[in-house]
Amino acid sequence: MIISEAWLREWVPTRLDTQALAHKLTMAGLEIGTIEGAGEVPAKVVVGKIASCEPHPRADRLQVCEVDVGRTRPLKIVCGAPNARTGLKTAVALIGATLPGGMKIEKTRIRDVVSSGMLCSAKELGLSEDSSGIIELDSRAKRGQDFSEHFGMDDQLMELDLTPNRGDCLSMEGVARELSALTGAKLRMPELVTVKPGNKSAIKVKLVAPKDCPRYVGRVIEGVDPTATTPAWMVERLRRAGVRSISVAVDITNYVMLELGQPMHAFDRDKLTGGIHVRRGNKGEKVKLLDGSTVGVDEEVLVIADDGGAIALAGIMGGDSTAISDATTSIVLESAFFTPAVIAGRARRYGMHTDASHRFERGVNPLEQVRAIHRATELLTSIAGGVPGPVTEAVSKRHVPAKSDITLRGDRLVRMLGREYKREQVDKILTGLGMKVRSGRSSWRVVPPPWRFDVTGEHDLVEEVARVSGYSEVPVRAPRVTASSRIQPESVLSEGQILRLLVDRGYREAITYSFVDPDLQSKFFPNTKPITLANPIASNMAVMRLSLLPGLLQALVGNYNRQHRRIRMFESGRVYEGSLKRRRETARIGGVLTGSANQQQWSDEVREVDFFDMKGDIEALFELSGQGAKIKFVPSEHEFFHPGQSADIMLGRNVIGHAGQLHPSLINDLDVEQRVFGFEVNLDAVQSLLVPKYASVSRFPATRRDLAVVINESIAVGEVLNAAEKAAGSLLSRLELFDVYRGEGVDSESKSVAFGLTLQDTSRTLKEAEVDAIVDKVLAAVEAQTGGKLRG
Amino acid sequence: MGNTPQNTPAGVADSATQEITSAADLDALEALRVKYLGKKGELTELLKTIGTLPAQERGAFGQAVNQAKATVQSALEGRLETLSSSALEESLASDTIDVTLPGRDSDLGGLHPVTRSAERIADIFRRIGFEVASGPEIEDDFHNFQALNIPPDHPARAMQDTFYFDEQVLLRTHTSPVQVRFMEENEPPINIIAPGRVYRVDSDVTHSPMFHQVEGLVVDTDITFGDLKGVLTHFVQQFFEADLDVRFRPSYFPFTEPSAEVDISCVFCHGKGCRICSHTGWLEILGCGMVHPEVFNHVGVDNEKYTGYAFGMGIERVTMLRYAVDDLRLFYENDLAFLNQFR
Repeated sequence: MIISEAWLREWVPTRLDTQALAHKLTMAGLEIGTIEGAGEVPAKVVVGKIASCEPHPRADRLQVCEVDVGRTRPLKIVCGAPNARTGLKTAVALIGATLPGGMKIEKTRIRDVVSSGMLCSAKELGLSEDSSGIIELDSRAKRGQDFSEHFGMDDQLMELDLTPNRGDCLSMEGVARELSALTGAKLRMPELVTVKPGNKSAIKVKLVAPKDCPRYVGRVIEGVDPTATTPAWMVERLRRAGVRSISVAVDITNYVMLELGQPMHAFDRDKLTGGIHVRRGNKGEKVKLLDGSTVGVDEEVLVIADDGGAIALAGIMGGDSTAISDATTSIVLESAFFTPAVIAGRARRYGMHTDASHRFERGVNPLEQVRAIHRATELLTSIAGGVPGPVTEAVSKRHVPAKSDITLRGDRLVRMLGREYKREQVDKILTGLGMKVRSGRSSWRVVPPPWRFDVTGEHDLVEEVARVSGYSEVPVRAPRVTASSRIQPESVLSEGQILRLLVDRGYREAITYSFVDPDLQSKFFPNTKPITLANPIASNMAVMRLSLLPGLLQALVGNYNRQHRRIRMFESGRVYEGSLKRRRETARIGGVLTGSANQQQWSDEVREVDFFDMKGDIEALFELSGQGAKIKFVPSEHEFFHPGQSADIMLGRNVIGHAGQLHPSLINDLDVEQRVFGFEVNLDAVQSLLVPKYASVSRFPATRRDLAVVINESIAVGEVLNAAEKAAGSLLSRLELFDVYRGEGVDSESKSVAFGLTLQDTSRTLKEAEVDAIVDKVLAAVEAQTGGKLRG
Repeated sequence: MGNTPQNTPAGVADSATQEITSAADLDALEALRVKYLGKKGELTELLKTIGTLPAQERGAFGQAVNQAKATVQSALEGRLETLSSSALEESLASDTIDVTLPGRDSDLGGLHPVTRSAERIADIFRRIGFEVASGPEIEDDFHNFQALNIPPDHPARAMQDTFYFDEQVLLRTHTSPVQVRFMEENEPPINIIAPGRVYRVDSDVTHSPMFHQVEGLVVDTDITFGDLKGVLTHFVQQFFEADLDVRFRPSYFPFTEPSAEVDISCVFCHGKGCRICSHTGWLEILGCGMVHPEVFNHVGVDNEKYTGYAFGMGIERVTMLRYAVDDLRLFYENDLAFLNQFR
């Protein structure tokens, strides 16, 4: 909402300057955003009164006006505006003025008549788009007064960002009330008159749904001048509030809403069939709205109907069929209270948001309706004439929200805020906010005013006291460390350590979206249905990721396209598996790498990264937690990996991740001309740390035996090592693979695998014969399990 | 060769000394050692002739030979020292490298700035007794909204446009549901922070559909708004490593009351007013307040026995302020040119 400072000051005379006033409101929770000037009108534009109007002797559409600008002699000005008439006060651009469009006012001759100035429309002054006629000023305007001064252009427009609980401040009255409470300055309400009926024409109102609409006030005004226009001052106030002028009746309802916070509506009496019914919609019923759209309603939606059917969405928008037109002479004004719950969310359902719905869903003062209709009647009859009928007030008293007593305990105030407040201060704060307060020995009995929908309990009163006295008045208490807080168990490796290991190994951390492109993900997981968003922000961000790899791959490709060739990136984040009903969020850590294995360097040959560079990184992750010896890489099949370079990562019997070369066809599709490797492992597996337990160190010498066995190409080296490790038994202290050889001396379908066994006992030196026996056992097991024979 | 006859020990020593002094290298020196002192060396051979001398001359002769040997030995050692040091010099000279050439494998990766901030935030709070908690990102309506006092159709729901999977299941719009879950499962006293990803249907220069928040919750028998102010003021000053002004401004969240926005004096202009702070001198960084009684009711915490406070902060927001990042979208482009600036 935009607040005109000048208008606000009319209601609350305060000595605070603009900045201090804005600060006061902001620090009370009514946040003032930007503050801008109300605009400028050119210099040398003054108020003038048209003393006489004669038709131009040589032009049908022009008139020659004598304009009194407070000088001894009137100015003769030629004017083409249809509303130029004797007695009208308007804006006069004097000779020497420069209008916003760049036009310079000079003495000119228009078809033989000398014109000494120009009568201006709002558009010509840069105030609005209205160029239908010259601006019509209040009859009390002072001739010769500088227009800018007359129009109060020296005004600041303050943008008020209200929180949803303060619907009561969505009006000048509301903000003024608040400012008065904050500053102690007296609230000077404009005089609101009760307009007596001039005839007996009344509208019948039936509250079919009294719970949804406990009060509906209607009034007929007949004989309204359809040619009347909204006075300039009102158009200007609307403009400053960001509301466009539409027609007299609509402008007045908007003005009353801005002034008092009561949204109103005006129907064309002659287009109504019978009386007003406030009821829920019927399924299948349709309403054509003012904005031209047609919406279907149902029992969830409150409508305003006449005897013929629904004519408006209650509290949201009026209907087309009963709209005010240029020919309307008989008007029905509506001023109603709709229960917030029945309006809340309804406008959103239709993709709408109106000034009315915004106010009704936050809560409008349920006692404001009659006052508002009198105000609108007063404005309408004074501007456009007409005779008002009696006010029809349909009310269901028991449904009108009533405020009950709230007890505020003094000790509660202290417990919440950490300080004491003087009784008189609390009294003053609460009373200032319009609350009825009965002060007890150690508590207060409080009835909040009807407009404060947000004050329902003791906690709300605590906030009011804190807010109005100022949060800055609450003393700061320094942090206290409590003994109850636990530290991270040692058996859980901190995520930070894990991330840092990858950082140390040259990986950059990426953060990619949790939702990914379904097309890309289906290339990774063609047979898995991901969890799918109902309202994605874009079609390529529509499904929850099943793996970190698609997102990481996209990040890698992005950088490849930015001409990076050596890339290592990782991400730590969740994947979302299972169905919506049985969903699992698993934290994973994953990485992708491509390009040279090492930084390009002057003395070393550049080698392309391969599976084993990545495997080393993964093994290092598990070394961090002491689990390095326990993880195994098992050949596996994944759609997204090269069939010959794909592994599951096992910890014990559990698959805890996978690693491989991303499938060349996948990479080709992304126009990357390098091999790309990727892995991901469950974070909890990496985090599960073996707390070290000391085992005595052997003081006896170790014996090492190196063996080379020849196995068929199809046998994995891991199988040989597994067989050897098991067969060697408990005396094996280290097993090291040191060569895999193909070529001369080994037939073309085989490879030679050389490894060293280090054997050691903690209590004695091993005998030669014992070592031989273990070596024999190892060789036998290797042969039995892999067909490998000792290389001759 | 002077007056000394060549075949006397002194004569041999003389000529040996001369030769040794002019030995060109270590090999030549070794050859001279063999020539004079070796098993068949001249002095060794000379000594062997001792038997041919009359007995009374043997003593003197033996002494003379030994003296000569010592002389030669000393000459050898002297020369050896000279030659070795020049050999070392030569070898050192030939091993000279260009120390300005780059070293090997010095490249490091780096943490994402958001992670970097999240770690610093967690560290600051851990030191004053907070634990880190977490909760699901795919949430239900109850935990994300209703238990936080945001019933269906509440205007506050419009403040947070929500990603839905179906009517009841959604992507959490804030980390606040972790409060609810933690209180469902734990008794006070509670001191937690909960960092994590959150999601809103919003994407423009200043909004990302996914971002990070850190939630804080403290519940105990004696928690006041003053504690909230103290902890957050401490946090701000630690995180920005500056004695910034902190102000608490009344605001509204359905799940706290009193509620506040926390503003800090602008880290760029120190409160003087600049483009970043829209010339207000203040930057809004987080929302907070005392836990609303309705929230306690939903999780069965006794409102009379306990009070508590909660806060929620956008991690990207404080990261941008800390590292002068001027475009939120950079965080999710994963451009190495950006990431490489965070070592």
